[in-house]
Amino acid sequence: MDIHEHQAKEILKSFGVPVPRGGLAYSPEQAAYRTRELGGNAWVVKAQIHSGGRGEVGGVKVCRSEQEVAEFARGLLGRQLVTKQTDANGKGVFRLWVEEASDIAQELYLGFVLDRKTERIMIVASGHGGMEIEDLAEEDPDSLVRSVVDPAVGLALYQARELGFRLGLEGKQVDQFSTFLRACYRAYRDLDAMMVEINPLVITGAGDLVALDAKMSFDSNALYKHPGIASLRDPSQEDPRESHAFDNGLAYVGLDGDIGCIINGAGLAMASMDMIQLAGGEPANFLDIGGGASPERVCQAFRTVLSDQNVAVILVNIFAGINRCDWIAKGVIQAYKEVGIEIPVVVRLSGTNVEEGQKIIRESGLPIISADTLEEAAERAVAARPQSAAA
Amino acid sequence: MAILIDENTKVVVQGLSGRIGQFHAQEMIEYGTRVVAGVTPGKGGSTVLNRPVFNTVREAVEQTGAEASLLFVPPAFAADAMMEAADAGIRTAVCVTDGIPAQDMMRVKRFLRRYPRDRKMRLIGPNCAGIISPGKGFMGIMPPAIYMPGRVGIVGRSGTLGYEAASQMKALGIGISSSIGIGGDPINGSSFKDILELFENDPETDAVMMIGEIGGPQEAEAAAYARDHMTKPVGAYIAGLAAPKGRQMGHAGAIISAFGESAQEKVEILSSAGITVAPNPSAMGRTMAEVLGLKAAA
Repeated sequence: MDIHEHQAKEILKSFGVPVPRGGLAYSPEQAAYRTRELGGNAWVVKAQIHSGGRGEVGGVKVCRSEQEVAEFARGLLGRQLVTKQTDANGKGVFRLWVEEASDIAQELYLGFVLDRKTERIMIVASGHGGMEIEDLAEEDPDSLVRSVVDPAVGLALYQARELGFRLGLEGKQVDQFSTFLRACYRAYRDLDAMMVEINPLVITGAGDLVALDAKMSFDSNALYKHPGIASLRDPSQEDPRESHAFDNGLAYVGLDGDIGCIINGAGLAMASMDMIQLAGGEPANFLDIGGGASPERVCQAFRTVLSDQNVAVILVNIFAGINRCDWIAKGVIQAYKEVGIEIPVVVRLSGTNVEEGQKIIRESGLPIISADTLEEAAERAVAARPQSAAA
Repeated sequence: MAILIDENTKVVVQGLSGRIGQFHAQEMIEYGTRVVAGVTPGKGGSTVLNRPVFNTVREAVEQTGAEASLLFVPPAFAADAMMEAADAGIRTAVCVTDGIPAQDMMRVKRFLRRYPRDRKMRLIGPNCAGIISPGKGFMGIMPPAIYMPGRVGIVGRSGTLGYEAASQMKALGIGISSSIGIGGDPINGSSFKDILELFENDPETDAVMMIGEIGGPQEAEAAAYARDHMTKPVGAYIAGLAAPKGRQMGHAGAIISAFGESAQEKVEILSSAGITVAPNPSAMGRTMAEVLGLKAAA
């Protein structure tokens, strides 16, 4: 789960990470008020959206007067910002972060991730901040320094010091960097984060370290431990189709095609999407209904898939282990009654109670297209698209 | 003798008293699996499915000689239950639970390193369908009837794709020695390579079908192992050709976040290591037939 920059900064600050002073604004008036509250003569106004690359598309500006802040805020609030990390719709700007402008002497990169190879928390740092880590890895891989933390011990002081020296820091900065690093590590570990990124971490003219930007994302499987973090979820930054699915406990990812998918199991769902593509179609979504799906749950899955206006055909593909084909079949029929389906539906059932399931579908009298194999199911779904969509 | 489980393996079920634990333990017993006990803290002394229930895994091991454990424990308590099993001397643990925090798994993996090699527990999963040696026994949630006994090993992240592969092979008359689900989480107990090693050393396995997906480095690691150390042929399929970058596809581990983690890249890595990759998920059975045929001809 992602959170906003200002939330990440507040969290990291509570662990002892130095961040610039700032305040949140939901209106131009509030943004102007923040400048008076902060004092000084220069402020940075930053759009709060769940995406990086904001600066390049006009989402960040250094302003020199209260009027300039208010004007910039007026133009930005309510807009959709399309960055290279968002889709074509972009993300809506509904809040701004106004902070004191920092005096920047040098920019560094600092990131914490859960490395899948070592299965441990890995720190990645670079003396070249401000660039995306992917670009950094491509353009200047030698500038990247890494350190892996033993979970039984935690981040050792020597590791932090060593990273500091390798980044070329000197004197009191090395100690500041160690403290900075260990504070970020504690936040990462204690809050079950999946990613903490400080980019850039700046050295100010006075030689102090400050987190100029901050990004955190959290393990959604661990939110039960951290209700405070869970409450930071912002549905305005989510695909509405995905919010709907999430609230109903379905694993759903919205895509751009027109063949809606209702599948059990993440692997089979991905494989069905692959099969659709090979048959010449495009999937509209990933959806895993999970194990032990009741007819109601199947019905809910139909509602979720149909909330996407682009869907022209629905493919139901079930290989039942802990699921039951008869329940799935009943769910499909219930969906016809309750949801009202006016587009073709292809159903492939296999596994537990498959005969009962197929019988229910056959005897329903509904225009359901049956398929026996995965291949057949994908081909029939692609063929069932209306001519206009297929052309 | 197939791998990890056979007709003699004594199995304890952690979470046997729960509805789900009981349902699947029943299926396992009907299939012939030697389920000897259950463990549910606080329910020690009771009986479920005519099996004694203990408060701790240690008691279950001491009193029944259980060597393997199947875990149906809720996500918040699963990491603790895995460590308990390891400390009680369980040799193989299979964890079905989905939704375990990744850092909990990080600590479990670190914990398992406390034990010397000959006492170290082998962990399968979490977030997996389980393991089966057809005709002998199984630990997990799979429908056992779709597996025909035979001489091909299956290892995969996804449960349902494993079923798909087994049934495609059955339709072509190809049977399975053992099928192992390693689960869809970013940090898991056993990797593809760990299981390939077991199949390579199993006299009852002739070839292996490996079912991978987007995300993580384990398929590439397995490809290098197969190229350098395996005498048995390997077929494969990688799910997620149509998956966009940076989006998590159901499994917590199914997300393309680094170079080499997309399905296209993994297919190339596997192919260049001499592994026969099925062009689509409907061709897993045909690909295995081809792999076996090639071997017979050679």
